[in-house]
Amino acid sequence: MLSRVCVRSDPWCVALREFDPQIAEIRFGYGLSPLKKPPENAQDVLDGLTAPDVMQSAFPIERFAKFRARMVQAQAQNAIRRKNRGTDIAEAARKQRNVLNREARTAMFDWLGQTMLRRTYTETAFRERIIAFWADHFTARGKRGVIRRGTSPYIEAAIRPFVTGRFDDLLQSAVMHPLMLDYLDQTRAMGPNSTRAIKRGPKNPAGLNENLAREVLELHTLGVNGPYTQDDVTQLAELFTGMTFDARNGFKFRQDFAEPGAETVLGVAYGEEPRVKWVREALVDLAAHPSTARHLAWKMAVHFVSDHPDPKLIDALEAAYIDHDGALMPVYEVLLGHPSAWEPTFSNFKLPIDFVSSALRALAIPENAFAGRDEKWMRRFFAMPLVHMGQTWERPVGPDGWAEEDPEWITPQGISARVAWAMDVPVRMKDPLPDPRAFAETALGRFADDAVRFAAGAAESRPEAVGLVLMSPAFQRK
Amino acid sequence: MSSPLSRRAFLARSGLVGCSLAASPLLTPVSLAAAPWDTRLVVIILRGGMDGLDVVQPYGDPAFSKLRGSLAVGAEGGAHDLDGYFAMHPSLGPLVPMWDAGQLSFVHAVSTPYRDKRSHFDGQDLLEAGTTSMAGVRDGWLNRMLQAVPGVTPQTAYAVGRSDMRLLQGAAEVANWAPDADLRLSPQAARLLELVTESDPALHAALAEAQVLSSVGEGIDKKGKSGHVQIAEFAAARLSEEARIAAFSLNGWDTHGGQARFMDTALTRLSETLLTLRGKMRGDTWRKTAVVAMTEFGRTARQNGTAGTDHGTGGLMIVAGGAIKGGRVYGQWPGIGDGDLFQDRDLMPTGDVRAQAAWVMRGLTGLDRSVLESSIFPGLDMGGDPGLVL
Repeated sequence: MLSRVCVRSDPWCVALREFDPQIAEIRFGYGLSPLKKPPENAQDVLDGLTAPDVMQSAFPIERFAKFRARMVQAQAQNAIRRKNRGTDIAEAARKQRNVLNREARTAMFDWLGQTMLRRTYTETAFRERIIAFWADHFTARGKRGVIRRGTSPYIEAAIRPFVTGRFDDLLQSAVMHPLMLDYLDQTRAMGPNSTRAIKRGPKNPAGLNENLAREVLELHTLGVNGPYTQDDVTQLAELFTGMTFDARNGFKFRQDFAEPGAETVLGVAYGEEPRVKWVREALVDLAAHPSTARHLAWKMAVHFVSDHPDPKLIDALEAAYIDHDGALMPVYEVLLGHPSAWEPTFSNFKLPIDFVSSALRALAIPENAFAGRDEKWMRRFFAMPLVHMGQTWERPVGPDGWAEEDPEWITPQGISARVAWAMDVPVRMKDPLPDPRAFAETALGRFADDAVRFAAGAAESRPEAVGLVLMSPAFQRK
Repeated sequence: MSSPLSRRAFLARSGLVGCSLAASPLLTPVSLAAAPWDTRLVVIILRGGMDGLDVVQPYGDPAFSKLRGSLAVGAEGGAHDLDGYFAMHPSLGPLVPMWDAGQLSFVHAVSTPYRDKRSHFDGQDLLEAGTTSMAGVRDGWLNRMLQAVPGVTPQTAYAVGRSDMRLLQGAAEVANWAPDADLRLSPQAARLLELVTESDPALHAALAEAQVLSSVGEGIDKKGKSGHVQIAEFAAARLSEEARIAAFSLNGWDTHGGQARFMDTALTRLSETLLTLRGKMRGDTWRKTAVVAMTEFGRTARQNGTAGTDHGTGGLMIVAGGAIKGGRVYGQWPGIGDGDLFQDRDLMPTGDVRAQAAWVMRGLTGLDRSVLESSIFPGLDMGGDPGLVL
């Protein structure tokens, strides 16, 4: 794809000249590692996206299809409870359900560890970053019971395999996923004229729920400034009726919940009779809309480059998306090829999870660093510190995901929590800690300055010195 | 040490010996005249669904003991009679003097517009969004209030503690701080940290503020003090200065079983919180303060099979402070007899908790009713003034 002749005016050639291995690791990966060599050129970075997924097999995370078995088991216990209310059988079922909930919670912490190890050991760090980017774009979390712990399995199944394909496939995969349907209230939504609603009668009205339709337009595709109206939201919500899932089989389309008749979204009429293929068709059309191209281009530029990216970068990303019909690889190619991607000054502030991930990578924690850590330990040294830094693991506040704006994260409380973690936790993950002066060089590369070198040598203890390196601006920004 | 510079020389050269905190906006003197208004508002979110019928018990209605069985207490059981019909839960005993002083009131049978599904997750989201549905809502009502008044600074409103305070999220900048977030660094580490971050003004300023905020609690002995008391002390300290709004959470209201014990714990925390706010505010701050405590929903009118109650609808709001008209149980009481209950299970909601909050904000800041009903609580009808604020 990239083996073309270099022409001086071609921005790609400018990039070949400006590509910087250390910046590539810091801005497009999880920072420098003493174990892994940075990519040598942009082609290396791109090739890493489609290379065999070594990290997935080295540090496995349960896929959603397997995770659903946990939901099935919990539902069975709940059913026993309902049938035997007030009896010992119900009490035993309640206890068993709580055990299942606890096991899922423990598994969630295991997957947190696996995610951190992938980021520590990957040689294709851009892949992990781009997965995290799309997982945030399609933020979803389960609402009640076992499914609350299903985020990592959702990312594994619905996001990870799709990040190098076309956006419309990724969009369908995420929007129609059980976790998204649960999160944005699609499962109970019923067309007002659906056979089911008519059977229930006017005394027991069931309704449309616009939550998913609105977020698909506002967050996933066109963007909040996109050319849609309330009518489009309502029509898309009607088109979405029928989409639900069951724990045993996953996605399901319920004809009896679906609103009959054609629905018109952005001027296009979809299907007389309710069919899931019309939902897919509408999503494909939304993915192809120019506003979607613009929205995604802006979001990617902000995420990877700066809160205030070069408008030319956004234009270039948008054009790549449109020219290649929503194929994502050419968009990444333009991102990595644009001169503003290689600005030598770091602008974006790392989000807490990025900060923690890159600290573990810089420390080169051992592969067994999380082995045998119980829930209490994971809470104390990872989950709670992340809460204090402002980014609760897999619990973003809303469907719009985590804020990109740096001031959201550079708060007294959040920074205070970073300092506490940076000075306290590394020593628990890497024993012995590296020599702080050497650590300043491996963690920061050529971005280590005199102040951090001095501090690394002047601190009273090794954990403090390592913490100071991790708190330096060259490590906090990307 | 391999460094070519001695520590002293380096610190002196970078101007970092001593305190560079003067750069902190927190240390910039703020005159009271510059503050947008002088009253104080504290919003406490009671997470888990507080059982209003247990907190303020309609013991004057014979139906109450029938619904409640072992949970019914009433005046004979040690609850504090308020007006011959309602009694305050025994665990709120420490607040009796506040009630007598006219600084504590309740609003009964209020709720958000949330109905039917009775989920904590959805209920709290809606309570903090202040809207009728979550679709497309990104910010909270208290943040929209800040957007509607002039002269707000980043230190006007504080979200205190560890929990996500959605009601303060939004376009208006607010301060977040948890008393246990205090920076605990050796003087040496603190200086080196200042040095290392000096080249990054935003990071440097945030650290400097963290040091100032950590020192707000200095002199307060935190040892052995529960989180809620630390939070209340911090809020009282900030509100005694330039802060005008503080919001935080109290958890532990989801009393499905063994309610008597859990309620005692939760109400003791609540009364300690209110007493700490009153006791630690300086000068006449408490006199200018209204505290509003609200929950996502009430609980079932009937006691369940495990000496607790399940998720319900109509709930209770608690109002306290020197700026409120205390000593009353407000609200339109729906009764708890046959046919009075919502879906034959919950206290019937007769008032919107948002309208009560709106009237408190109007009383404190003079905000226009039209602003309250359109941008802060979109689509709300505030109804008549209940007269909660003096």
